[in-house]
Amino acid sequence: MRRSQSSRYRTQGRTALLSTIATVGALVFLVPFYFVVINSFKEFGDILRNAAAFPTTMEWGNYVIGYRTSNFLRAFGNSLYVTAISLILMVFLGALAAWRMVRRPHRVSKILFGVFVVAMVIPFQSVMIPLMRIVRMFDLLNSRNGLIVIYLGLGMPFTVFLLHGFARTVPVELEESAYLDGAGTLRVFGAIVLPLLQSMLATVMILQAFWIWNDFLLPLLVLFDDRLQTIPIAIFGFFGQYNDQWDYALATLVMGIAPIVIFFLVMQRFIIRGVVAGSLKG
Amino acid sequence: MVRDRKREIVTDALFLGPAVILFAMIVVAACMLGIYYAFTDWNGISLQSNWVGWENFRTIFGDDPQLGYSALFTLRLTLTSVILSNVIGLALALLVTRAIAFARVFRAIFFLPNVIGGIILGFIWRFIFTSAIPAIGDLTGWGFFELPWLGDAFTGFWAIIIVFTWRTTGYLMVIYIAAIMAIDDALIESAQIDGASSVQMFRRIILPLITPAITICLFLMLSWATKIFDVIFSLTRGGPFDSTEAFALNIYFEAFEANNYGLGSAKAVLFFLVVGIVTLLQVGITKRWEIEA
Repeated sequence: MRRSQSSRYRTQGRTALLSTIATVGALVFLVPFYFVVINSFKEFGDILRNAAAFPTTMEWGNYVIGYRTSNFLRAFGNSLYVTAISLILMVFLGALAAWRMVRRPHRVSKILFGVFVVAMVIPFQSVMIPLMRIVRMFDLLNSRNGLIVIYLGLGMPFTVFLLHGFARTVPVELEESAYLDGAGTLRVFGAIVLPLLQSMLATVMILQAFWIWNDFLLPLLVLFDDRLQTIPIAIFGFFGQYNDQWDYALATLVMGIAPIVIFFLVMQRFIIRGVVAGSLKG
Repeated sequence: MVRDRKREIVTDALFLGPAVILFAMIVVAACMLGIYYAFTDWNGISLQSNWVGWENFRTIFGDDPQLGYSALFTLRLTLTSVILSNVIGLALALLVTRAIAFARVFRAIFFLPNVIGGIILGFIWRFIFTSAIPAIGDLTGWGFFELPWLGDAFTGFWAIIIVFTWRTTGYLMVIYIAAIMAIDDALIESAQIDGASSVQMFRRIILPLITPAITICLFLMLSWATKIFDVIFSLTRGGPFDSTEAFALNIYFEAFEANNYGLGSAKAVLFFLVVGIVTLLQVGITKRWEIEA
Protein backbone atom coordinates (compact mmCIF):
# COMPACT_ATOMS: atom_id res chain seq x y z
CA MET A 1 0.00 0.00 0.00
CA ARG A 2 2.65 2.44 1.05
CA ARG A 3 4.79 1.40 -1.85
CA SER A 4 2.14 1.99 -4.47
CA GLN A 5 1.43 5.37 -2.96
CA SER A 6 5.03 6.49 -3.11
CA SER A 7 5.30 5.30 -6.69
CA ARG A 8 2.17 7.25 -7.47
CA TYR A 9 3.75 10.37 -6.03
CA ARG A 10 6.82 9.64 -8.05
CA THR A 11 4.91 9.36 -11.33
CA GLN A 12 2.99 12.48 -10.43
CA GLY A 13 6.25 14.31 -9.88
CA ARG A 14 7.59 12.98 -13.11
CA THR A 15 4.49 14.00 -15.07
CA ALA A 16 4.80 17.49 -13.63
CA LEU A 17 8.44 17.61 -14.69
CA LEU A 18 7.62 16.41 -18.21
CA SER A 19 4.79 18.92 -18.51
CA THR A 20 7.17 21.69 -17.48
CA ILE A 21 9.73 20.63 -20.07
CA ALA A 22 7.02 20.47 -22.75
CA THR A 23 5.73 23.93 -21.79
CA VAL A 24 9.19 25.49 -21.89
CA GLY A 25 9.82 23.82 -25.26
CA ALA A 26 6.53 25.10 -26.64
CA LEU A 27 7.32 28.64 -25.48
CA VAL A 28 10.73 28.49 -27.16
CA PHE A 29 9.01 27.37 -30.37
CA LEU A 30 6.42 30.16 -30.19
CA VAL A 31 8.62 33.04 -29.07
CA PRO A 32 9.63 34.15 -32.61
CA PHE A 33 5.95 34.53 -33.51
CA TYR A 34 5.38 36.49 -30.33
CA PHE A 35 8.10 39.00 -31.19
CA VAL A 36 6.87 39.38 -34.76
CA VAL A 37 3.27 39.96 -33.70
CA ILE A 38 3.90 42.44 -30.88
CA ASN A 39 6.32 44.49 -32.97
CA SER A 40 3.97 44.54 -35.94
CA PHE A 41 1.79 46.92 -33.88
CA LYS A 42 4.56 49.37 -33.03
CA GLU A 43 5.88 52.51 -34.62
CA PHE A 44 9.22 52.10 -36.32
CA GLY A 45 10.99 54.14 -33.64
CA ASP A 46 9.60 51.96 -30.85
CA ILE A 47 10.84 48.80 -32.57
CA LEU A 48 14.34 50.25 -32.78
CA ARG A 49 14.29 51.50 -29.18
CA ASN A 50 13.22 48.21 -27.63
CA ALA A 51 11.98 45.26 -29.63
CA ALA A 52 11.31 43.25 -26.47
CA ALA A 53 8.83 45.72 -24.96
CA PHE A 54 5.09 45.37 -25.22
CA PRO A 55 3.49 47.90 -27.60
CA THR A 56 2.11 51.00 -25.88
CA THR A 57 -0.14 51.98 -28.80
CA MET A 58 -1.70 49.84 -31.50
CA GLU A 59 -0.45 50.92 -34.92
CA TRP A 60 -3.03 49.34 -37.19
CA GLY A 61 -1.65 51.63 -39.85
CA ASN A 62 1.24 49.20 -40.34
CA TYR A 63 -1.26 46.63 -41.54
CA VAL A 64 -3.02 49.07 -43.83
CA ILE A 65 0.23 50.11 -45.49
CA GLY A 66 1.56 46.54 -45.66
CA TYR A 67 -1.71 45.36 -47.15
CA ARG A 68 -1.69 48.04 -49.83
CA THR A 69 1.99 47.88 -50.77
CA SER A 70 2.15 44.13 -51.02
CA ASN A 71 -1.26 44.07 -52.69
CA PHE A 72 -2.03 41.26 -50.33
CA LEU A 73 -5.48 40.24 -51.52
CA ARG A 74 -4.26 39.91 -55.10
CA ALA A 75 -1.29 37.80 -54.00
CA PHE A 76 -3.59 35.66 -51.87
CA GLY A 77 -5.89 35.11 -54.84
CA ASN A 78 -2.98 34.14 -57.07
CA SER A 79 -1.62 31.70 -54.49
CA LEU A 80 -5.05 30.17 -54.05
CA TYR A 81 -5.64 29.85 -57.79
CA VAL A 82 -2.26 28.30 -58.57
CA THR A 83 -2.35 25.92 -55.59
CA ALA A 84 -5.95 24.76 -56.05
CA ILE A 85 -5.85 24.17 -59.81
CA SER A 86 -2.44 22.48 -59.61
CA LEU A 87 -3.57 20.12 -56.86
CA ILE A 88 -6.83 19.11 -58.51
CA LEU A 89 -5.23 18.38 -61.88
CA MET A 90 -2.20 16.74 -60.26
CA VAL A 91 -4.14 14.17 -58.26
CA PHE A 92 -6.60 13.50 -61.09
CA LEU A 93 -3.94 12.88 -63.73
CA GLY A 94 -1.75 11.10 -61.19
CA ALA A 95 -4.60 8.80 -60.19
CA LEU A 96 -5.31 7.94 -63.83
CA ALA A 97 -1.71 6.88 -64.33
CA ALA A 98 -1.20 5.17 -60.97
CA TRP A 99 -4.37 3.10 -61.20
CA ARG A 100 -3.57 1.99 -64.74
CA MET A 101 -0.05 1.00 -63.67
CA VAL A 102 -1.40 -1.08 -60.79
CA ARG A 103 -4.16 -2.79 -62.79
CA ARG A 104 -2.37 -3.39 -66.08
CA PRO A 105 1.31 -3.72 -65.27
CA HIS A 106 3.52 -4.36 -68.26
CA ARG A 107 7.13 -3.71 -69.03
CA VAL A 108 6.73 -0.14 -70.23
CA SER A 109 4.68 0.96 -67.22
CA LYS A 110 7.14 -0.73 -64.85
CA ILE A 111 10.06 1.12 -66.41
CA LEU A 112 8.03 4.31 -66.22
CA PHE A 113 7.39 3.77 -62.53
CA GLY A 114 11.12 3.23 -61.96
CA VAL A 115 11.88 6.48 -63.77
CA PHE A 116 9.38 8.30 -61.55
CA VAL A 117 11.03 6.92 -58.41
CA VAL A 118 14.48 8.03 -59.58
CA ALA A 119 13.09 11.44 -60.56
CA MET A 120 11.91 12.07 -57.00
CA VAL A 121 15.54 12.49 -55.98
CA ILE A 122 16.23 15.26 -58.52
CA PRO A 123 16.70 18.60 -56.70
CA PHE A 124 14.83 21.52 -58.22
CA GLN A 125 18.06 23.52 -58.46
CA SER A 126 19.42 20.86 -60.79
CA VAL A 127 16.72 21.45 -63.40
CA MET A 128 15.87 25.12 -62.91
CA ILE A 129 18.41 26.50 -65.40
CA PRO A 130 17.41 24.45 -68.48
CA LEU A 131 13.79 24.76 -67.32
CA MET A 132 13.96 28.46 -68.14
CA ARG A 133 14.65 27.52 -71.77
CA ILE A 134 11.80 24.98 -71.85
CA VAL A 135 9.43 27.44 -70.27
CA ARG A 136 10.15 29.89 -73.05
CA MET A 137 9.86 27.17 -75.70
CA PHE A 138 6.32 26.22 -74.59
CA ASP A 139 5.35 29.81 -73.82
CA LEU A 140 4.75 29.15 -70.12
CA LEU A 141 6.62 32.25 -68.99
CA ASN A 142 4.88 34.94 -66.97
CA SER A 143 1.57 33.12 -66.72
CA ARG A 144 -0.22 31.48 -63.81
CA ASN A 145 -1.40 28.62 -66.00
CA GLY A 146 2.13 28.15 -67.26
CA LEU A 147 3.29 27.89 -63.65
CA ILE A 148 0.59 25.28 -63.04
CA VAL A 149 1.83 23.19 -65.98
CA ILE A 150 5.33 23.23 -64.51
CA TYR A 151 4.03 22.17 -61.10
CA LEU A 152 2.17 19.29 -62.74
CA GLY A 153 5.38 18.07 -64.36
CA LEU A 154 7.52 18.47 -61.26
CA GLY A 155 4.95 17.00 -58.88
CA MET A 156 3.88 14.03 -61.00
CA PRO A 157 6.57 11.53 -59.86
CA PHE A 158 5.78 11.86 -56.14
CA THR A 159 2.02 11.95 -56.81
CA VAL A 160 2.06 8.80 -58.93
CA PHE A 161 4.41 7.09 -56.48
CA LEU A 162 2.10 7.73 -53.52
CA LEU A 163 -1.11 6.88 -55.38
CA HIS A 164 0.51 3.75 -56.80
CA GLY A 165 1.03 2.55 -53.23
CA PHE A 166 -2.51 3.50 -52.23
CA ALA A 167 -4.22 2.09 -55.33
CA ARG A 168 -2.87 -1.36 -54.60
CA THR A 169 -5.03 -1.48 -51.49
CA VAL A 170 -8.25 -0.91 -53.47
CA PRO A 171 -10.19 -4.19 -53.87
CA VAL A 172 -10.51 -5.28 -57.48
CA GLU A 173 -13.86 -7.15 -57.16
CA LEU A 174 -16.09 -4.09 -57.55
CA GLU A 175 -14.29 -3.08 -60.71
CA GLU A 176 -14.62 -6.58 -62.17
CA SER A 177 -18.34 -6.75 -61.66
CA ALA A 178 -18.69 -3.32 -63.28
CA TYR A 179 -16.77 -4.57 -66.32
CA LEU A 180 -19.13 -7.56 -66.50
CA ASP A 181 -22.03 -5.13 -66.53
CA GLY A 182 -20.49 -3.65 -69.64
CA ALA A 183 -18.86 -0.49 -68.24
CA GLY A 184 -15.82 0.90 -70.05
CA THR A 185 -12.46 1.58 -68.39
CA LEU A 186 -13.04 5.31 -68.07
CA ARG A 187 -16.42 4.73 -66.48
CA VAL A 188 -15.05 2.23 -64.02
CA PHE A 189 -12.36 4.71 -63.10
CA GLY A 190 -14.75 7.63 -62.68
CA ALA A 191 -17.61 5.84 -60.96
CA ILE A 192 -15.79 3.28 -58.81
CA VAL A 193 -12.07 3.92 -58.43
CA LEU A 194 -12.07 7.69 -57.87
CA PRO A 195 -14.66 7.58 -55.06
CA LEU A 196 -12.73 4.76 -53.37
CA LEU A 197 -9.47 6.71 -53.64
CA GLN A 198 -11.02 9.89 -52.25
CA SER A 199 -9.30 10.01 -48.87
CA MET A 200 -5.98 9.07 -50.47
CA LEU A 201 -6.33 11.84 -53.02
CA ALA A 202 -6.89 14.21 -50.11
CA THR A 203 -3.73 12.95 -48.42
CA VAL A 204 -1.66 13.57 -51.54
CA MET A 205 -3.23 17.01 -51.99
CA ILE A 206 -2.32 17.97 -48.45
CA LEU A 207 1.27 16.84 -48.84
CA GLN A 208 1.67 18.73 -52.11
CA ALA A 209 -0.34 21.77 -50.97
CA PHE A 210 2.35 23.03 -48.58
CA TRP A 211 5.00 22.72 -51.26
CA ILE A 212 3.09 24.69 -53.89
CA TRP A 213 1.63 27.29 -51.51
CA ASN A 214 5.03 28.03 -49.99
CA ASP A 215 7.16 27.58 -53.09
CA PHE A 216 9.38 30.54 -53.79
CA LEU A 217 12.10 29.97 -56.35
CA LEU A 218 10.01 28.68 -59.26
CA PRO A 219 7.44 31.52 -59.25
CA LEU A 220 10.32 33.97 -58.75
CA LEU A 221 11.92 32.73 -61.96
CA VAL A 222 8.73 32.34 -63.98
CA LEU A 223 6.45 35.23 -63.02
CA PHE A 224 7.65 38.76 -63.80
CA ASP A 225 4.39 40.63 -63.76
CA ASP A 226 3.50 42.15 -60.37
CA ARG A 227 -0.13 41.28 -60.95
CA LEU A 228 0.68 37.54 -61.00
CA GLN A 229 2.69 37.40 -57.78
CA THR A 230 1.97 34.71 -55.23
CA ILE A 231 2.31 35.44 -51.48
CA PRO A 232 5.99 34.41 -51.08
CA ILE A 233 6.95 36.52 -54.11
CA ALA A 234 4.91 39.50 -52.93
CA ILE A 235 6.62 39.36 -49.54
CA PHE A 236 10.03 39.00 -51.12
CA GLY A 237 9.30 41.96 -53.36
CA PHE A 238 8.17 43.97 -50.37
CA PHE A 239 11.47 43.36 -48.59
CA GLY A 240 13.39 44.31 -51.72
CA GLN A 241 11.56 47.63 -51.75
CA TYR A 242 11.50 48.43 -48.03
CA ASN A 243 14.65 46.78 -46.80
CA ASP A 244 14.32 46.30 -43.04
CA GLN A 245 11.48 48.82 -42.74
CA TRP A 246 10.29 46.51 -39.99
CA ASP A 247 7.04 48.21 -38.96
CA TYR A 248 5.33 47.59 -42.31
CA ALA A 249 7.33 44.45 -43.01
CA LEU A 250 6.30 42.64 -39.84
CA ALA A 251 2.63 43.44 -40.43
CA THR A 252 3.00 42.03 -43.94
CA LEU A 253 4.70 38.91 -42.59
CA VAL A 254 1.85 38.34 -40.13
CA MET A 255 -0.65 38.60 -42.99
CA GLY A 256 1.53 36.31 -45.08
CA ILE A 257 1.57 33.49 -42.55
CA ALA A 258 -2.05 33.88 -41.43
CA PRO A 259 -3.78 31.87 -44.20
CA ILE A 260 -1.57 28.79 -43.94
CA VAL A 261 -1.50 28.86 -40.13
CA ILE A 262 -5.31 29.07 -40.00
CA PHE A 263 -5.55 26.27 -42.55
CA PHE A 264 -3.23 24.16 -40.40
CA LEU A 265 -5.08 24.83 -37.15
CA VAL A 266 -8.45 23.98 -38.69
CA MET A 267 -7.28 20.86 -40.53
CA GLN A 268 -4.66 19.85 -37.98
CA ARG A 269 -5.68 16.23 -37.34
CA PHE A 270 -6.17 15.59 -41.00
CA ILE A 271 -2.85 17.14 -41.96
CA ILE A 272 -0.84 15.24 -39.39
CA ARG A 273 -2.46 11.99 -40.46
CA GLY A 274 -1.60 12.84 -44.05
CA VAL A 275 2.02 13.55 -43.20
CA VAL A 276 2.33 10.18 -41.49
CA ALA A 277 0.62 8.26 -44.29
CA GLY A 278 2.71 9.99 -46.93
CA SER A 279 6.02 9.53 -45.14
CA LEU A 280 5.48 5.83 -44.46
CA LYS A 281 4.95 5.31 -48.17
CA GLY A 282 7.84 7.57 -49.15
CA MET B 1 -7.32 -10.46 -80.39
CA VAL B 2 -5.60 -7.75 -82.41
CA ARG B 3 -8.43 -5.34 -81.73
CA ASP B 4 -8.13 -6.06 -78.02
CA ARG B 5 -4.43 -5.22 -78.05
CA LYS B 6 -5.07 -2.06 -79.91
CA ARG B 7 -7.71 -1.09 -77.41
CA GLU B 8 -5.37 -1.77 -74.51
CA ILE B 9 -2.75 0.50 -76.06
CA VAL B 10 -5.29 3.26 -76.59
CA THR B 11 -6.43 2.95 -72.98
CA ASP B 12 -2.82 3.02 -71.81
CA ALA B 13 -2.25 6.20 -73.77
CA LEU B 14 -5.38 7.72 -72.33
CA PHE B 15 -4.51 6.95 -68.70
CA LEU B 16 -0.73 7.21 -68.69
CA GLY B 17 -0.41 9.79 -71.43
CA PRO B 18 -1.14 13.06 -69.61
CA ALA B 19 1.14 12.26 -66.66
CA VAL B 20 3.94 11.05 -68.91
CA ILE B 21 3.75 13.99 -71.30
CA LEU B 22 3.82 16.58 -68.50
CA PHE B 23 6.66 14.79 -66.77
CA ALA B 24 8.66 14.35 -69.98
CA MET B 25 8.14 17.91 -71.13
CA ILE B 26 9.26 19.45 -67.84
CA VAL B 27 11.55 17.06 -65.98
CA VAL B 28 13.04 14.75 -68.60
CA ALA B 29 13.56 17.54 -71.12
CA ALA B 30 15.15 19.75 -68.46
CA CYS B 31 17.52 16.98 -67.38
CA MET B 32 18.71 16.28 -70.91
CA LEU B 33 18.99 19.95 -71.81
CA GLY B 34 20.82 20.58 -68.53
CA ILE B 35 23.43 17.96 -69.30
CA TYR B 36 23.88 19.48 -72.75
CA TYR B 37 24.23 23.03 -71.42
CA ALA B 38 26.81 21.84 -68.90
CA PHE B 39 29.17 21.47 -71.85
CA THR B 40 28.42 24.88 -73.36
CA ASP B 41 29.01 28.55 -72.62
CA TRP B 42 25.31 29.48 -72.82
CA ASN B 43 24.61 32.90 -71.30
CA GLY B 44 20.87 32.39 -70.85
CA ILE B 45 19.79 35.13 -73.20
CA SER B 46 21.07 34.35 -76.66
CA LEU B 47 19.74 31.35 -78.52
CA GLN B 48 23.28 30.54 -79.53
CA SER B 49 25.62 28.59 -77.32
CA ASN B 50 29.05 27.12 -78.05
CA TRP B 51 30.25 23.65 -77.17
CA VAL B 52 33.16 23.97 -74.75
CA GLY B 53 33.72 20.32 -73.79
CA TRP B 54 34.86 19.72 -70.22
CA GLU B 55 35.83 23.37 -69.73
CA ASN B 56 33.06 24.09 -67.18
CA PHE B 57 33.99 21.05 -65.12
CA ARG B 58 37.68 22.05 -65.23
CA THR B 59 36.64 25.44 -63.90
CA ILE B 60 34.59 23.83 -61.13
CA PHE B 61 37.36 21.58 -59.92
CA GLY B 62 40.34 23.79 -60.66
CA ASP B 63 39.32 27.39 -60.42
CA ASP B 64 36.31 27.87 -58.17
CA PRO B 65 37.24 27.96 -54.48
CA GLN B 66 33.82 29.41 -53.62
CA LEU B 67 32.04 26.29 -54.87
CA GLY B 68 34.36 24.13 -52.79
CA TYR B 69 33.55 26.29 -49.80
CA SER B 70 29.81 26.08 -50.56
CA ALA B 71 29.98 22.29 -50.84
CA LEU B 72 31.82 22.01 -47.53
CA PHE B 73 29.42 24.47 -45.90
CA THR B 74 26.46 22.38 -47.11
CA LEU B 75 28.13 19.24 -45.78
CA ARG B 76 28.68 20.79 -42.33
CA LEU B 77 25.15 22.14 -42.31
CA THR B 78 23.69 18.79 -43.34
CA LEU B 79 25.58 16.75 -40.76
CA THR B 80 24.76 19.16 -37.94
CA SER B 81 21.09 19.60 -38.78
CA VAL B 82 20.41 15.92 -39.53
CA ILE B 83 21.67 15.00 -36.06
CA LEU B 84 20.11 17.92 -34.19
CA SER B 85 16.67 17.71 -35.81
CA ASN B 86 16.43 13.97 -35.35
CA VAL B 87 17.56 14.01 -31.73
CA ILE B 88 15.23 16.86 -30.80
CA GLY B 89 12.38 15.48 -32.92
CA LEU B 90 12.63 12.09 -31.24
CA ALA B 91 12.90 13.68 -27.79
CA LEU B 92 9.77 15.75 -28.43
CA ALA B 93 7.95 12.65 -29.69
CA LEU B 94 8.84 10.76 -26.51
CA LEU B 95 7.72 13.76 -24.49
CA VAL B 96 4.29 14.21 -26.07
CA THR B 97 3.48 10.49 -26.16
CA ARG B 98 3.75 10.42 -22.34
CA ALA B 99 0.60 10.93 -20.36
CA ILE B 100 0.87 14.71 -20.06
CA ALA B 101 -1.98 17.19 -20.32
CA PHE B 102 -2.47 19.08 -23.60
CA ALA B 103 -0.26 16.64 -25.51
CA ARG B 104 -2.13 17.46 -28.72
CA VAL B 105 -1.67 21.19 -28.25
CA PHE B 106 2.06 20.70 -27.77
CA ARG B 107 2.21 18.53 -30.85
CA ALA B 108 0.51 21.23 -32.92
CA ILE B 109 2.87 23.93 -31.61
CA PHE B 110 5.98 21.93 -32.40
CA PHE B 111 4.66 21.21 -35.90
CA LEU B 112 3.58 24.78 -36.62
CA PRO B 113 6.82 26.25 -38.05
CA ASN B 114 6.81 23.54 -40.68
CA VAL B 115 3.68 24.76 -42.43
CA ILE B 116 5.14 28.20 -43.15
CA GLY B 117 7.26 28.81 -46.21
CA GLY B 118 11.03 28.99 -45.88
CA ILE B 119 11.28 32.44 -47.42
CA ILE B 120 8.88 33.89 -44.82
CA LEU B 121 10.57 32.04 -41.95
CA GLY B 122 13.89 33.50 -43.05
CA PHE B 123 12.49 37.03 -42.87
CA ILE B 124 10.89 36.36 -39.48
CA TRP B 125 14.23 35.20 -38.10
CA ARG B 126 16.11 38.05 -39.69
CA PHE B 127 14.03 40.28 -37.47
CA ILE B 128 14.60 38.04 -34.44
CA PHE B 129 18.37 37.99 -34.96
CA THR B 130 18.84 41.64 -35.85
CA SER B 131 16.30 43.27 -33.50
CA ALA B 132 14.69 40.99 -30.93
CA ILE B 133 17.80 39.15 -29.74
CA PRO B 134 19.87 42.33 -29.28
CA ALA B 135 16.94 43.78 -27.30
CA ILE B 136 16.93 40.72 -25.05
CA GLY B 137 20.69 41.09 -24.78
CA ASP B 138 20.30 44.68 -23.59
CA LEU B 139 17.81 43.54 -20.95
CA THR B 140 19.65 40.52 -19.64
CA GLY B 141 23.25 41.27 -20.47
CA TRP B 142 23.79 37.63 -21.41
CA GLY B 143 26.65 37.15 -23.85
CA PHE B 144 24.70 34.65 -25.95
CA PHE B 145 22.20 37.32 -26.92
CA GLU B 146 24.88 39.92 -27.55
CA LEU B 147 26.70 37.88 -30.19
CA PRO B 148 26.83 39.51 -33.65
CA TRP B 149 24.08 37.23 -35.02
CA LEU B 150 24.21 36.99 -38.83
CA GLY B 151 27.27 39.24 -38.63
CA ASP B 152 30.01 36.69 -39.24
CA ALA B 153 30.51 33.22 -40.67
CA PHE B 154 30.28 31.44 -37.31
CA THR B 155 27.05 33.02 -36.05
CA GLY B 156 25.63 32.89 -39.58
CA PHE B 157 26.11 29.14 -39.68
CA TRP B 158 24.50 28.60 -36.29
CA ALA B 159 21.68 31.02 -37.05
CA ILE B 160 20.77 28.91 -40.07
CA ILE B 161 21.01 25.74 -37.96
CA ILE B 162 18.67 27.24 -35.36
CA VAL B 163 16.07 28.27 -37.94
CA PHE B 164 16.30 25.05 -39.90
CA THR B 165 16.08 22.86 -36.80
CA TRP B 166 13.16 24.89 -35.51
CA ARG B 167 11.44 24.37 -38.83
CA THR B 168 12.07 20.65 -39.39
CA THR B 169 11.88 18.97 -35.97
CA GLY B 170 8.08 19.11 -35.80
CA TYR B 171 7.71 17.11 -38.98
CA LEU B 172 10.14 14.44 -37.80
CA MET B 173 8.40 14.42 -34.42
CA VAL B 174 5.10 13.53 -36.08
CA ILE B 175 6.68 10.54 -37.81
CA TYR B 176 8.36 9.40 -34.59
CA ILE B 177 5.08 9.76 -32.69
CA ALA B 178 3.34 7.47 -35.19
CA ALA B 179 6.11 4.88 -34.79
CA ILE B 180 6.03 5.03 -30.98
CA MET B 181 2.23 4.76 -30.88
CA ALA B 182 2.41 1.68 -33.09
CA ILE B 183 4.46 -0.21 -30.49
CA ASP B 184 2.41 -2.94 -28.84
CA ASP B 185 1.28 -1.79 -25.37
CA ALA B 186 1.68 -5.32 -24.00
CA LEU B 187 5.41 -5.14 -24.73
CA ILE B 188 5.78 -1.91 -22.75
CA GLU B 189 3.68 -3.20 -19.88
CA SER B 190 5.56 -6.46 -19.54
CA ALA B 191 8.85 -4.55 -19.55
CA GLN B 192 7.47 -2.29 -16.81
CA ILE B 193 6.46 -5.32 -14.77
CA ASP B 194 9.98 -6.71 -15.19
CA GLY B 195 11.20 -3.45 -13.65
CA ALA B 196 12.85 -1.94 -16.73
CA SER B 197 14.04 1.63 -16.22
CA SER B 198 13.10 4.36 -18.70
CA VAL B 199 16.55 4.28 -20.23
CA GLN B 200 16.48 0.52 -20.64
CA MET B 201 13.00 0.71 -22.10
CA PHE B 202 14.15 3.31 -24.63
CA ARG B 203 17.30 1.45 -25.66
CA ARG B 204 15.96 -2.11 -25.68
CA ILE B 205 12.36 -1.69 -26.80
CA ILE B 206 11.51 1.66 -28.32
CA LEU B 207 14.68 2.30 -30.31
CA PRO B 208 14.82 -1.10 -32.05
CA LEU B 209 11.13 -0.94 -32.91
CA ILE B 210 11.23 2.50 -34.49
CA THR B 211 14.19 1.94 -36.83
CA PRO B 212 11.96 2.24 -39.93
CA ALA B 213 10.92 5.69 -38.70
CA ILE B 214 14.57 6.60 -38.13
CA THR B 215 15.35 5.61 -41.71
CA ILE B 216 12.54 7.80 -43.02
CA CYS B 217 13.52 10.76 -40.87
CA LEU B 218 17.21 10.54 -41.76
CA PHE B 219 16.25 10.35 -45.41
CA LEU B 220 13.94 13.36 -45.20
CA MET B 221 16.41 15.52 -43.28
CA LEU B 222 19.25 14.57 -45.58
CA SER B 223 17.32 15.57 -48.67
CA TRP B 224 16.01 18.79 -47.12
CA ALA B 225 19.38 19.86 -45.77
CA THR B 226 21.43 19.24 -48.91
CA LYS B 227 18.88 21.20 -50.95
CA ILE B 228 18.47 24.05 -48.44
CA PHE B 229 17.77 27.33 -50.25
CA ASP B 230 14.76 29.45 -49.21
CA VAL B 231 15.64 29.96 -45.55
CA ILE B 232 19.18 31.10 -46.32
CA PHE B 233 18.06 33.23 -49.24
CA SER B 234 15.91 35.44 -47.05
CA LEU B 235 17.92 35.15 -43.82
CA THR B 236 21.44 36.00 -44.99
CA ARG B 237 21.29 35.85 -48.80
CA GLY B 238 24.49 33.80 -48.55
CA GLY B 239 26.33 36.53 -46.65
CA PRO B 240 28.25 37.98 -44.98
CA PHE B 241 30.89 37.69 -47.72
CA ASP B 242 29.37 34.49 -49.18
CA SER B 243 30.13 32.70 -45.92
CA THR B 244 26.68 31.08 -45.72
CA GLU B 245 26.32 30.34 -49.41
CA ALA B 246 25.07 26.75 -49.62
CA PHE B 247 25.48 24.68 -52.79
CA ALA B 248 21.98 25.45 -54.11
CA LEU B 249 22.55 29.21 -53.65
CA ASN B 250 25.86 28.99 -55.44
CA ILE B 251 24.12 27.49 -58.48
CA TYR B 252 21.44 30.18 -58.38
CA PHE B 253 23.94 33.05 -58.21
CA GLU B 254 26.13 31.53 -60.93
CA ALA B 255 23.23 31.26 -63.36
CA PHE B 256 20.85 34.07 -62.55
CA GLU B 257 23.15 36.77 -61.25
CA ALA B 258 26.45 36.14 -63.02
CA ASN B 259 24.57 34.93 -66.13
CA ASN B 260 26.91 31.96 -66.56
CA TYR B 261 24.15 29.52 -67.44
CA GLY B 262 26.59 26.98 -68.89
CA LEU B 263 28.78 26.89 -65.80
CA GLY B 264 25.66 26.94 -63.63
CA SER B 265 24.32 23.91 -65.51
CA ALA B 266 27.57 22.04 -64.91
CA LYS B 267 27.27 22.78 -61.19
CA ALA B 268 23.62 21.66 -61.30
CA VAL B 269 24.61 18.34 -62.86
CA LEU B 270 27.27 17.88 -60.19
CA PHE B 271 24.74 18.80 -57.51
CA PHE B 272 22.33 16.14 -58.76
CA LEU B 273 25.10 13.51 -58.76
CA VAL B 274 26.12 14.38 -55.19
CA VAL B 275 22.53 14.40 -53.90
CA GLY B 276 21.77 11.14 -55.72
CA ILE B 277 24.84 9.32 -54.42
CA VAL B 278 24.32 10.52 -50.85
CA THR B 279 20.67 9.40 -50.97
CA LEU B 280 21.54 5.97 -52.35
CA LEU B 281 24.29 5.46 -49.78
CA GLN B 282 22.06 6.47 -46.91
CA VAL B 283 19.16 4.24 -47.97
CA GLY B 284 21.56 1.33 -48.49
CA ILE B 285 23.26 1.72 -45.14
CA THR B 286 20.11 2.13 -43.06
CA LYS B 287 18.35 -0.75 -44.87
CA ARG B 288 21.22 -3.04 -43.87
CA TRP B 289 21.21 -1.62 -40.36
CA GLU B 290 17.46 -2.26 -40.12
CA ILE B 291 17.86 -5.90 -41.07
CA GLU B 292 20.63 -6.40 -38.53
CA ALA B 293 18.71 -4.69 -35.73
